Amino acid sequence: MNMMDGYNFAYLDEATKRMIRRAILKAVAIPGHQIPFGAREMPLPYGWGTGGIQVTASILGPGDTLKVIDQGSDDTTNAISIRRFFTRVAGVATTERTAEASIIQTRHRIPERPLREDQILVYQVPQPEPLYRLEPRRAETKRLHALADYGLMHVRLYEDIARLGHIAKAYDYPVMVNGRYLMSPSPIPAFDNPKMDRMPALQLFGAGREKRIYAIPPYTEVRSLDFEDHPFRPIRAPAACALCRSTDTYLDEVITDDAGGRMFVCSDTDFCAERRAAAAPQEAAE
Amino acid sequence: MSTTLLEAQGLTLRFGAIPALLDVSLDIAEGEVVAIVGESGSGKTTLLRVLSGLLHPDAGSVRWLGEDVHAMGEAARRRLMRTAWGFVHQNPRDGLRLDVSAGGNVGERLMAVGARHYGRIRAEALAWLAKVEIDAARIDDLPRTFSGGMQQRLQIARTLVTRPRLVFMDEPTGGLDVSVQARLLDLIRSLARELGLAVLIVTHDIAAARLLADRILVMWRGRVVEQGLTDRVLDDPQHPYTQLLVSSVLAA
Repeated sequence: MNMMDGYNFAYLDEATKRMIRRAILKAVAIPGHQIPFGAREMPLPYGWGTGGIQVTASILGPGDTLKVIDQGSDDTTNAISIRRFFTRVAGVATTERTAEASIIQTRHRIPERPLREDQILVYQVPQPEPLYRLEPRRAETKRLHALADYGLMHVRLYEDIARLGHIAKAYDYPVMVNGRYLMSPSPIPAFDNPKMDRMPALQLFGAGREKRIYAIPPYTEVRSLDFEDHPFRPIRAPAACALCRSTDTYLDEVITDDAGGRMFVCSDTDFCAERRAAAAPQEAAE
Repeated sequence: MSTTLLEAQGLTLRFGAIPALLDVSLDIAEGEVVAIVGESGSGKTTLLRVLSGLLHPDAGSVRWLGEDVHAMGEAARRRLMRTAWGFVHQNPRDGLRLDVSAGGNVGERLMAVGARHYGRIRAEALAWLAKVEIDAARIDDLPRTFSGGMQQRLQIARTLVTRPRLVFMDEPTGGLDVSVQARLLDLIRSLARELGLAVLIVTHDIAAARLLADRILVMWRGRVVEQGLTDRVLDDPQHPYTQLLVSSVLAA
């Protein structure tokens, strides 16, 4: 093993991991409910994934294969740094392929490839409280959750339709979990919301600065809030991926020069690469 | 025969050594308008807060259709607050969401009780703005751009949209000029009659009480010193404090 001297396996000490696992168990028992936990200082700044990294550290075993994505991509600074961190402090195998990973830590995306029962998806959450912008008092939002008093969130959606003609929230789109708790899905695009519904994989959410953990157990109902006459719509750029020609994946807009040139490519780099690899032999044959 | 909605028995509440309420009892029936009058510090607002379950009394009980308001859980009390009850605050800024449009303000209670059809919520909001004489064109404007009188009327629309059976009003005409007050009182009176609302209104304005109320309770130093039909109490006051109160009204 390639563990650094003086560090426990996966960086956190065992007592901390047990504390976090207890929070995770509670979170799984009450889908969508935010569980407070004693978040530790981690060797990266708040907002870079301190919550997700602690959840990952607590559930990681030597046999796991870890994938880390940031904005759908495996090769951005944040994703590479976290992957390298766990290689050094836990010596686990890492991968960029969704199919091969047992734990996937993510920021801003859910992989396009459907996840399986033997996989765990860990989200990095900046703000776990969905009512945060509507009700500034944390004590009051706790009471609203306790009483399932979520009219306020619908008022916000009503305001969007009244002013703009449609619900304008394109990311961090609020969901009801198991018909009971209103939950922030972290800043994933609304396009990814339907993937959370009855997902076979366990979904864990860690917010380090806000010291909250919450979870969606496998096959749990997750419904995006909407109105009967203004149903939820997953939004994507109306284009095809410039690399793999996919028309049903979430796209990033990439500026290619200073003359207004731009292209749309899949935000999920692994999915895009796999599609291109699968298409290559056919093109060669043509 | 109308049913008794709210029934209070022997309410007593002290803030330290200061008695805010001393053995106050009252009841209010379906469709009845009851005014509580008295000087500042006489316990009017405290009484309203105890009756609506916001404050716990030291002694006594409040029953809503026979059920003890202070014994029910917070969830049940909140449900009551947004369905069968309404609360109109003295300052409309306490009762409105100032960063939400007029339509959103009116729709909030509907959405809180489960309305999920945008078109119907909006139609209901428009109907209620018309009832309280606010121009339909202002449905998407923020209440902070409204005048004081309009804000108060918006608060009334927002409260009545779920058709409560009992509305608590705490000095609804406070801080408004007299012509605006007159229109507001007229509005409250016609809505109360039209909807068969029971209203418990706290005011220090004797003229408002005379205009609106069927019955009147006079409070003084935490006690109800006199109560009865409005014209009986105001035209033939028995208690020295009531006599003082009635004789203090300025005639224009």
